Formats: sequence, structure tokens, C-alpha cells
Amino acid sequence: MPAFPQAAKQQLANAQLRHNLADATSTIRRKRADVVGELDDWAQLREAGAAIKTHTLSNLDTYLEQFEAAVTAAGGTVHWARDAEEANRIVVDLVRATGEREVVKVKSMATQEIELNDALRAAGIDAWETDLAELIVQLGHDAPSHILVPAIHRNRAEIRDIFRREMGEVGTPAPDDLTDDPARLAEAARRHLREKFLRAKVAVSGANFAVAETGTLVVVESEGNGRMCLTLPETLISVVGIEKLVPRWEDLEVFLQLLPRSSTGERMNPYTSTWTGVTPGDGPQSFHVVLLDNGRTNALADEVGRQALRCIRCSACLNVCPVYERTGGHAYGSVYPGPIGAVLTPQLRGTTSEVDKALPYASSLCGACYDVCPVAINIPDLLVHLRTRVVEQDRGWRSTPVDVLMSLASWVFGDAKRLAAAQRVASWSRKVIGRKGTIGRLPPPLSRWTDARDAPAPAEESFRTWWERNRGGGAR
Amino acid sequence: MRVALFATCLGDTMFPAAPKATVQVLERLGCEVEFPAAQTCCGQMHTNTGYRKQAKSSVRTFVDAFADYDAVVAPSGSCVASVRHQHAMVADGDRTLSRAVERIAPHVHELSEFLVDVLGVTDVGAYFPHRVTYHPTCHSARLLRVGDRPLRLLRAVRSLELVELPAAEQCCGFGGTFALKNPDVSVAMGADKARHVRETGAEVLCAGDSSCLMHIGGLLSRQRSGVRVMHLAEILAATEGADR
Repeated sequence: MPAFPQAAKQQLANAQLRHNLADATSTIRRKRADVVGELDDWAQLREAGAAIKTHTLSNLDTYLEQFEAAVTAAGGTVHWARDAEEANRIVVDLVRATGEREVVKVKSMATQEIELNDALRAAGIDAWETDLAELIVQLGHDAPSHILVPAIHRNRAEIRDIFRREMGEVGTPAPDDLTDDPARLAEAARRHLREKFLRAKVAVSGANFAVAETGTLVVVESEGNGRMCLTLPETLISVVGIEKLVPRWEDLEVFLQLLPRSSTGERMNPYTSTWTGVTPGDGPQSFHVVLLDNGRTNALADEVGRQALRCIRCSACLNVCPVYERTGGHAYGSVYPGPIGAVLTPQLRGTTSEVDKALPYASSLCGACYDVCPVAINIPDLLVHLRTRVVEQDRGWRSTPVDVLMSLASWVFGDAKRLAAAQRVASWSRKVIGRKGTIGRLPPPLSRWTDARDAPAPAEESFRTWWERNRGGGAR
Repeated sequence: MRVALFATCLGDTMFPAAPKATVQVLERLGCEVEFPAAQTCCGQMHTNTGYRKQAKSSVRTFVDAFADYDAVVAPSGSCVASVRHQHAMVADGDRTLSRAVERIAPHVHELSEFLVDVLGVTDVGAYFPHRVTYHPTCHSARLLRVGDRPLRLLRAVRSLELVELPAAEQCCGFGGTFALKNPDVSVAMGADKARHVRETGAEVLCAGDSSCLMHIGGLLSRQRSGVRVMHLAEILAATEGADR
């Protein structure tokens, strides 16, 4: 996987992708703005959302223990997983204990993050994604490109081709005469999935929220596939990031308004499922929660960085991000793409690899993501914070050319006389460049500018020289 | 009123027309403008690229240069945002510098803010008989929330035809060193911005930041579009009979 600048370049070359993305993100942006505009108390809701999450994260130890006690009291079992490997092992063992060889899945970012499907496959267990977009991604042997709309990069014709080619390989085939009509595509998916829903004895989900006081898990979705997975099977295993906790049942009042309006631009999501432990004779009779750390406590330890853990995975920041809109999610090399991915991933995975080091720089710092974030995560400030971490961890006896240039510039800006001298050198360069005032070609690394843009020549006379000449007496 | 001009490093070195025009507008409105010669840069390039320690020299020269003023004006939303939002971050841990930053930052204004809020003026007596479109740069719009102040100033310019820019609020893709670190994405964003500018049929693209204008202007120039880019201050400084 190349780092963001190279990966983005490859994606930018795909005109179909850019068209699909621009279309989808501008539609959802408009819808979000409309429904958010309807509420006079949006600013207060956003503040409440941020405050509840901040409070929970500051007392996470207490709430996690409270949650475990409540789940246990309700007949469920809590498992603790330090990392992806541990979480996968727990889930594989739980499925094996049932004697089953397949599971149905509710769309879940946590299980994408730990690559659970691969771990299950390695253990001889088939995992079937049941969310329509996740199904498209899975059947297409592809990776999700968006948190909420994993197949955002695909258009209808591509989906039809994937369904026709792949469905028959793993279950009920698509009809031979399948067209790219959305209703026909949905019908093919429904028939394909129904067989799996009715057969599966084990389901795997994530959770949008976990309520500490009651031990309740919450999943919100639009298609009803989640409801099927959460109610039909005998065993339910939920993999939940530890940051998903909220203290009280009534906190959901805030988040069930913030989430659908921010994510799908709806006033309310079509299906909200909540479950607490087991109920004899109703729903799964065996229930497990795997609480996942996988880098979250490292993020929590960073006073500035921890606010990224407030994220409720609504993807409003992706939809409004001009960088994401042009590159799509794959360029980020992370399960969490877009602005939130650029701050969350380097905290969860660290900033040692080339991919992770490039992520905090995958933004023009335009600030649109902060404006739409329903829990007010200051993503631009976080990006800058993480850039500092990347630069400072690189220090040592070896400096990069950029380090040298930055130190030189810092020295120049430390004293106006040095800046004036640098300006004189710059204005002499006009003699080399010519008198036109614009430059068509510069040497590397500045060729990165002039490959597609003309550059201005430094002014013939700096402002400070002009001032000296015209207002000299007034200068201090 | 006694006003200190912060020309910004880019304005001083590359685009002196913007600070010069700022001086003209302020003097026309009766301000006594001073240029503290000790000034250099706001430090944003260093801070935003992750070189926070190296940004300190700039922050120090800034507070030293402007310590004695109660009003500082800069023709750059981005640099003013850096002073207000980042200087405290850079000074963190240095108590003397932090105190100096805390004192001066609230007195630093972007040009349109200063004209409308402090001087209480929207008609600065300008004349500019051209078709103009305005790009609200990200840091002016989202960090400073200058809102419609620049538009109110432009609407009051005699003979100026203001045309709306489609998708105006979208970033042009400059982003400081982003333009060099991610040149392909930066250019893709800028190309869309340039296309929207051309669609308006405007003769002039105007904004409150020379940096964004350098990027969009560089693309418009490469495309031989014939559209000029001008800083807001330059348009506000234009008067009847002046050579523009």
C-alpha cells in the first residue's frame, strides 16, 4: 500500500470514481444540511454530545466496569480484548464452541478494523455480510471506501455485474435478467441474503452505543438486516470498541438525534435495535460482548488526541471533505478514511509506517470537517498536533531536506534584517526568471507546484523597501 | 486612529500590492498607519507542517514587533487566524511568550473585520468598474467567521458588478505545504475552483488571502483564462481616475 500522496494520485486518475464520489457526497451533504437546519437546538445537542463523550472517556474505567456488571447480571458474557489478534481469537473460539461453520454479520467498523472476516475464514468459518453495501464490497473482493456507505465508489452498473458474477458462487444466484434498476438490485440482494438469515445460528455485530447503567447495546441501521441478525440466530457476538460507551439510557436521546441527521441526512434512522443480555424464549439465548482496545487506550493517554475517541462514526466529515471527495477512501490505506481516519488511524496504529506518517498531512486544513462534526472533534487542530508528533519523532541525528529548509526559514523569520536580506536575494532572482512576473517551471521539489500551476516571481521591490522609500519617517 | 500593519511574509515578499493597498484604504479612512519594521511572519507554515518548535522564532518576532499596539491589521484571514488560534499553542510552556501572545492576539484584525467592526465602515469610497467574483477563503470563513463582511464591502464599491461563485465555500486546495506534499489532490481541488471561477464570467477573482489567490491564480494563468486575481484590499483601494 503506497502512502497517501501516491495512492491519491492513482485514485484521481479514475474519472468514474471521481464522478461517483462527487455525486454521492454532494447529495448527502445537501440532505444533512437540510435536516440539521430544521433543529434550533442543534448547537446545544452538539455540545451535549461532546460533553457526554468527554465525560465518559474521562471516567472510562468506571463505566466499563459498570457495563460489564450490567451485562453479566442480564445473562451475557463480557470478554476483554487488548488487540485485534486477541479479539479475533475470542470470536473464533466462541463460534467454534457452537459447532457452526458460518456466521451472519451486521455491518460493523470494529470488525473491519480487526479484519475479523479474514480470521474467521482462516479458521474455516464463513462470514456473510448482510448490509447491502458491505455485501457489494464483499462479493466484489473489494475494501470499503466509506464508513457509512462502503460501496460509495461503485455505480449501479458495476453492482449489477458483481451480483451476476459472484452471488451464485456463495449462495442464491442473481436472476439472469438482472438489470441495474435499484429495486431489482435490492430484490436480488434480499433473496440472496434471506437464505443466509434463515440458516445461520450465529451472528456477529458491532454496536453504535453501549449503555453502562443497563448493559444495553444499540445498533442503528436502515435496511432491517441488522434486526434480522440480532433476533434470529441462537448466539450473538458483539465486538465493541471501548469508546462506544455512554453512561445512561437517557444519553441516547442526544445521540439518536445527532447520528442519523449527521450520517444519512435523515431525521431518524429506520431501525433502532437495543438488546440487553438474554431473554428466555426470545432472541439469541447466548450473548457475548467483546470489548476492544486495539490502540484506544494509547489515544486516551494523549490529552489532545483523545477527542478523536468521541467519534460516533457518522461520516459527516468524509462527506464534506474536499480531499476525500476527490480521492475516495482507499487512498487512506485505513479502515477509517477521510478526516476522522486521518486523525484516528495514526493514533490507533502509531506513526511509524510511511502510510500512517502521511495521514495527518492528507488534509488542506480547510476546517469543513470540524464544522459538521456532531461531537465537535476539532479535526484540523488534531491534524496539526499529529503532524508535530510525526516531525518530532523523526528527529535524531538525521535530518530530511525539509527539516533543513524549515530550520533555515525559522532562522530567517527570527529576525527582520535576515528576512530583508532574503527578500533582496529573492528579488534578484527575477533577473534570472525574466520580467514577466510569472514562472512556468521550477526545479524539484518546487516542480510539484509548477507542474500544473504558474508561480509568481518574487516582487521587484518588497513591501518593506517600498515603505522605507515612501513612508520612511513613519517606520519604527 | 493609530494602526499597525502586519504585511505578512507572503505579502511583504511576493505580493506587496496587498499591504500597499491596505495602507491606502486605511489612510483614506483617516487612520495613522505604522509599519513596525521588526515584523516577519506569523509562523503558520511551520506550525501547520508540524514544525512547532521552529515556529517559535516567528511568534517571538511577531509579539516583539506589535507589543505596543492596540490595533493590528493584516490583509490575510489565514495569518490572523494563525495569530489568534495557534500562537498560544506555539508559546505553550514559555510563560513570558504566552503572556505576550495573550495580550496582543485579541487586537489583531483581518482587514474586512477591521473596516466593518472597528471602523464601522462598509463604503470605503472605492470605484472599480469590473465584473468580480469572491472566494471566501477557508480560514477567513471558518476560523475567523468573517461572514458577509467582505461582500458588504464589495457591494458598496461603485460600478462593481459582483457575481456569485458556485460552490464558493469549498476549499481551493492550497492548504500551505499541502500544495507541495499532496500536489495532485491540491491541483484537482484547484482545477474545480478555477472552473467555477471561469463559469461566472468574472474578469476578476477576489479574496482576502494572497496565498489562496496565488494557487488559484497560478492555475488560471496556466490555463490562459484571462481572469485576474486581486486581493480584496486592492479592489477597495481602487478609485476613479486611478490607473488599474
